[in-house]
Amino acid sequence: MRERLTISLAAIAALLLANNLHAMFLSLPDEAMQGAIYRILFFHAPAAMVGMIGYFVALTLSIMYLSFGTFKYDSLAASVIEVSLVFSLVNIVTGSIWARIIWGIWWTWDYRLTSALVCILIFSGYLMLRRAIDEPTQRARLSSALCIFGCVDVVIVWKSIEWFRNQHPGPVLDFRTGGGRMDPAMSHVFYLNFLALLLVATTLVLIRTRQESTAREIDSLRRLAHAA
Amino acid sequence: MDARNFTYMFYGFTAAWLIVLLYVISLARRGARLKKELEDVKQLVRGERSNQEDLFPNRVG
Repeated sequence: MRERLTISLAAIAALLLANNLHAMFLSLPDEAMQGAIYRILFFHAPAAMVGMIGYFVALTLSIMYLSFGTFKYDSLAASVIEVSLVFSLVNIVTGSIWARIIWGIWWTWDYRLTSALVCILIFSGYLMLRRAIDEPTQRARLSSALCIFGCVDVVIVWKSIEWFRNQHPGPVLDFRTGGGRMDPAMSHVFYLNFLALLLVATTLVLIRTRQESTAREIDSLRRLAHAA
Repeated sequence: MDARNFTYMFYGFTAAWLIVLLYVISLARRGARLKKELEDVKQLVRGERSNQEDLFPNRVG
């Protein structure tokens, strides 16, 4: 059942991505100021949004672990954070390539970019912490605490373009500005691509979660073998 | 500028998919390793059980 769901999600994501790529390259014209490079936006911003949604899902799961003590929540949070980290990395790399053309530089220490980099460092630390601790209860408790701490930075990443004057462009998406900053045809493709990336991320989380449960099974069998 | 603009757009798309692809490959490798490890541990548990049965043939439960 779960395998079928994973395959179905992956297939829908692939079809949607093919449709979106077709629209990006063959339907939409180049942007007046930026030319062809603006198309990076269709992956750069949705990847950031998918990453942020993932971090907040992991925050909820970490709080649930700390409240109920169920290991399932902890391993699900770890899976979600690992996948979110991949999308945050896509966000920062594509942003840097876009910046090279538009700003003439690969990187600048403005609020948005720096807080996004700190976010990647915190959640990389989360994954390292999990590898460093063998005792499951201690590992789950400490990593849940780190996840809650890390999500404070996610809020700063999200709001930094409203709170501070940055080199990074301000909000352009309809749900943040109330509309009018982006052409409807472009924003249609943007949201479709966000949906496609969200489906890709969900598929990856499902695969990763199954691996976590296999790892838990191996741990319990090992304990059984040692106890015998 | 336009040619360079297009080239960098291509780099951006390639980088995005390359990162996801590398992660998928790492997931597949990890999955294969876990599957093998599970089989090994299952075999170990089966071995321990048959050893116990050889040592205590009359033990119940």
